[in-house]
Amino acid sequence: MQFGVFSVSDITTDPTTGRTPSEAERLQAVLRIAEKTEEVGLDVFALGEHHNPPFFSSSPTTTLGYLAGRTQRLQLSTATTLITTNDPVKIAEDYAMLQHLAGGRVDLTLGRGNTGPVYPWFGQDIRQGIPLAVENYALLRRLWDSDVVDWEGRFRTPLQGFTATPRPLDGVAPFVWHGSIRSPEIAEQAAYYGDGFFHNHIFWPADHTRRMVDFYRRRFEHHGHGAADQAIVGLGGQVFIRKNSQDAVREFRPYFDEAPVYGHGPSLEDFSRETPLTVGSPQEVIDRTLGFRDYVGDYQRQLFLVDHAGLPLKTVLEQLDILGEEVVPVLRREFAALKPAHVPDAPTHETLVAARDAQQGVAA
Amino acid sequence: MTTRTLAVVSAGLATPSSTRLLADRLAEATVAALRERGVEARTEVVELREHARDLADHLVTGFPNAALRPVLDAVAGADGLVAVTPIFSASYSGLFKTFVDVLDRDALDGTPALLGATAGTARHQLALDHAMRPLFAYLHAAVVPTAVFAAAEDWGAGGASHELGVRVDRAGAELAAAVAARPAAAGPADPFADVPDFTALLSR
Repeated sequence: MQFGVFSVSDITTDPTTGRTPSEAERLQAVLRIAEKTEEVGLDVFALGEHHNPPFFSSSPTTTLGYLAGRTQRLQLSTATTLITTNDPVKIAEDYAMLQHLAGGRVDLTLGRGNTGPVYPWFGQDIRQGIPLAVENYALLRRLWDSDVVDWEGRFRTPLQGFTATPRPLDGVAPFVWHGSIRSPEIAEQAAYYGDGFFHNHIFWPADHTRRMVDFYRRRFEHHGHGAADQAIVGLGGQVFIRKNSQDAVREFRPYFDEAPVYGHGPSLEDFSRETPLTVGSPQEVIDRTLGFRDYVGDYQRQLFLVDHAGLPLKTVLEQLDILGEEVVPVLRREFAALKPAHVPDAPTHETLVAARDAQQGVAA
Repeated sequence: MTTRTLAVVSAGLATPSSTRLLADRLAEATVAALRERGVEARTEVVELREHARDLADHLVTGFPNAALRPVLDAVAGADGLVAVTPIFSASYSGLFKTFVDVLDRDALDGTPALLGATAGTARHQLALDHAMRPLFAYLHAAVVPTAVFAAAEDWGAGGASHELGVRVDRAGAELAAAVAARPAAAGPADPFADVPDFTALLSR
């Protein structure tokens, strides 16, 4: 099982000091967080894409390309790459470039984006969100899987005899996860292609995540990619950890109360009960996270959100130390002991190349 | 025959509340009129005051918490709706509108609905027609012709007409007729029930 962190790249005032980091500062902090993710022994760093303040990450492949050169082992991913407002030709090119630079340590999570004005800024219409995700991804697959593409669709100019360069590393495209909080159509899309399904699992109750994942698993089997429990599932999660539970709550509460998405609403206690948010000791985080398996089954990837809401870099790095030293080693051991042999791990470039070679061996 | 359910939503804030009193009378009149038609009905009363914080949390987080979820499901799955609000500043109360704002867009599509309102004086009674009816038209609810307004003075009006009681009975009979004319509601819609197969999505 893969463990990692994902960042939405928000620039938020620290409510305990009133200080707001500059873009330059926050960007450097995120690079440090990604490097630290590898140092403490985690597997994945995923970065969001946004085109409006207070977020800085408009161009995730630039950042991930830099990180590819600064890391050796870390899997680089996104949370999410906008499949609706980006030109699928540019996604095919950018992520194939990144895949080469990173020696294959790349996958991506596609999302639609829920910021209304971003659609018209990029010449699109939010009401066409699902059709855009469907058509653009169909084209993206063609561009990666076929050397020469003729294409005509509703949303972009036609292509005749187009070859996206560079071709994917070793002729195998990066693995794709499809992320959606509440649209069953996107779970259906992930199932149809046999791709991964990622649920943000932060802002909504666990029961909702359960229903989305269950639907994806059933449809994965329906579309002939294997048994439902062999589908590839990733979850988000939100934690704040200190040695003592009370210290964690005391320190995190001002950040929770002022947080951009849910601040000024429910109490930390209510939100912890209603959603997977866990603020407490390493053992509490371990127990809660192991409990995710009870409602989504054996899954392949767990990403934690640790660097939002104005938390200072020093605190975030401490969180990564605790995750790496006290939480993730236990989770690895426990999840591995529970997972049946027929449930696959998350695909990597190596396993995808091996699977392709095996298939071609059969065909030849 | 299936027992029908009547969701009764009251946005009254005082205890006891004249808004709740009107809601109860409208519900009783509807149940009685349904019984005359041989249709059994039970009521599910929703006091929005009890969910004021849940509703504010929903605005902020975007999802209903464990206390609010069954309430939204009950309203969306009901065979008929009685909705009564106090009139504040020339319109339905903010609490009432917040509840409407967090309903799923199609929660009341085609649902027979009886509207009521209360206020201190009869000068507010047009709010039923200039505020409540357009709101429920937007929701595609099937609003019955008689809406009932009760000013403070109506609760003491006696004499030959008993006007409030007459209006309540007429409104209840209209809602009963609309509920009885429709097949029993199937409950809240399952968002996973009618997702098109991906090949259909691809060919659109």
